[in-house]
Amino acid sequence: MSSYQEATARQRIAGMLDPGSFDEFLPPQMRVVSPHLPQLDAPVSFDDGVAVGRGTMDGRWVFIAAQEGGFMGGAVGEVHGAKLAGMLRRAIDENPDAVLLLLETGGVRLHEANAGLIAVSEVMRAVMDVRAAGIPVISLVGGSNGCFGGMGIVARCTNGVVISEESRLAMSGPEVIETAGGVEEFDARDRALVWRVTGGKHRYLIGDAQAIVADDIGAFRAAALQLADAARGRGSELTLEALEAEQRMLTSRIDRFGGCEDPLEIWEALGIEDPHGVPLLETDAFRELADGHREGAAA
Amino acid sequence: MNWQTVADALFPQGHRIAERDNFLSGEAQVGGQTVAIIGTTEHTPIGVEIALAQAAAILDTVRAHPGRPIVILVDTVGQRLRRRDEMLGINSYMAHLGKCIELARRRGHRIVGLVYDQALSGGFITSGLMADACYALPDATIRVMGLPAMARITKVPLERLEELAVDNPVFAPGPENYLRMGGVAAIWRDDLAAAMEQALLDAAPEDRRAELGLERGGRKLARPVAAAVRTGADVQAA
Repeated sequence: MSSYQEATARQRIAGMLDPGSFDEFLPPQMRVVSPHLPQLDAPVSFDDGVAVGRGTMDGRWVFIAAQEGGFMGGAVGEVHGAKLAGMLRRAIDENPDAVLLLLETGGVRLHEANAGLIAVSEVMRAVMDVRAAGIPVISLVGGSNGCFGGMGIVARCTNGVVISEESRLAMSGPEVIETAGGVEEFDARDRALVWRVTGGKHRYLIGDAQAIVADDIGAFRAAALQLADAARGRGSELTLEALEAEQRMLTSRIDRFGGCEDPLEIWEALGIEDPHGVPLLETDAFRELADGHREGAAA
Repeated sequence: MNWQTVADALFPQGHRIAERDNFLSGEAQVGGQTVAIIGTTEHTPIGVEIALAQAAAILDTVRAHPGRPIVILVDTVGQRLRRRDEMLGINSYMAHLGKCIELARRRGHRIVGLVYDQALSGGFITSGLMADACYALPDATIRVMGLPAMARITKVPLERLEELAVDNPVFAPGPENYLRMGGVAAIWRDDLAAAMEQALLDAAPEDRRAELGLERGGRKLARPVAAAVRTGADVQAA
């Protein structure tokens, strides 16, 4: 076992790809840094918090990106976003077997908010361009910062999401919601509640993650390959049929669970006999239980 | 700004737009052709229901009216900040809306966005920013976050932010800043109907925002960095 959560972005890439096969685009030695952070007296990073490149993975040729949660929480600024968008464009040029996005991010970097927002939008559109080119895009969410904001949307624009139970996938962070609506709306310090609402197990149960794995780089790797191969088999591009199915799934989700106050009620409604026991289950036992009850399908 | 006033000015050849729970949908006549209208009003936060309603309207248009141009009218304070929305997976609803717009584009629908009042972060990224090109009215508010909130979070004094915001479009609110960065194609100041007709003619599926940001000097690195990554060359500074 090698913890995905505790690994840096580059360690994750090294663990995903065949040894020595990573060819990084615009590596840190090029020192392309944010032009905006210094004027706000914030530190810069020589990779602007993301590594992008290509390599091999069990004989497949893949393009890969990994956000570094240790630098500004993996937030997306102008350079960071441009590296992601450039990698995605290059993938279309070179036609790899898959693109993997190792996402760990709070979303838009506030120090360069307008550039970050437009950049996330460019990444979102580029992801769908890659899919339209017949190349599957898979998101991996396993960092301690989770995947939030606009990048939480981007994750769900990919062909599949692999998540660990320790990680989180959502839009607005609990602190933001607490600040806006008060502690009775969302108590950001109630860790158990935060995990029930945003954590990997809930996302897997409601159908927003297509695989859940233990916090292990090898497990992430195997699941990502499986999702990529499956997406390649059925076709990676958006279709009207798949989006109509997603429309039905999301409509049914509101109909069935819109009145629930807590994910525990949703899990019970899904037919899980002991919802309170769900947070305690090990990943394998959880998956076995969940697979009999979870919502499926993704566009 | 009142959406009816805007719609009357945009579509003098006629429109039938219905408002239900701050969700706008319908159709309008532009240059002798029918266009589909979807949007929001009253600065409504985008929660799971309204995101899904917009997606349904897009899918209906794709099914029933292949190729019909789509106009997205934007007025939102952003994603709804509720625990319930997060529990239901609001990011998936937003992504679904974005994917539906993308599908329409791929099937040949031209898509024009217009921020006629407010546009904020999460609500903007799956509406106006998903269009072929997004435009704004001069009095529109476009932002991720106001400067006082940004000062609190970044720990940079408000006075310093206000001072920097004068010359730097990168974090301060406003359609002019988004124009300089390429996120907004143009700001419509006078004949809205003519501007809409032209925008529908100009709409093209390629994402040109990084180029525009470079040409206008608001995002000097986005385009060169993406190009350097794509070609393996050095970054050619602007």
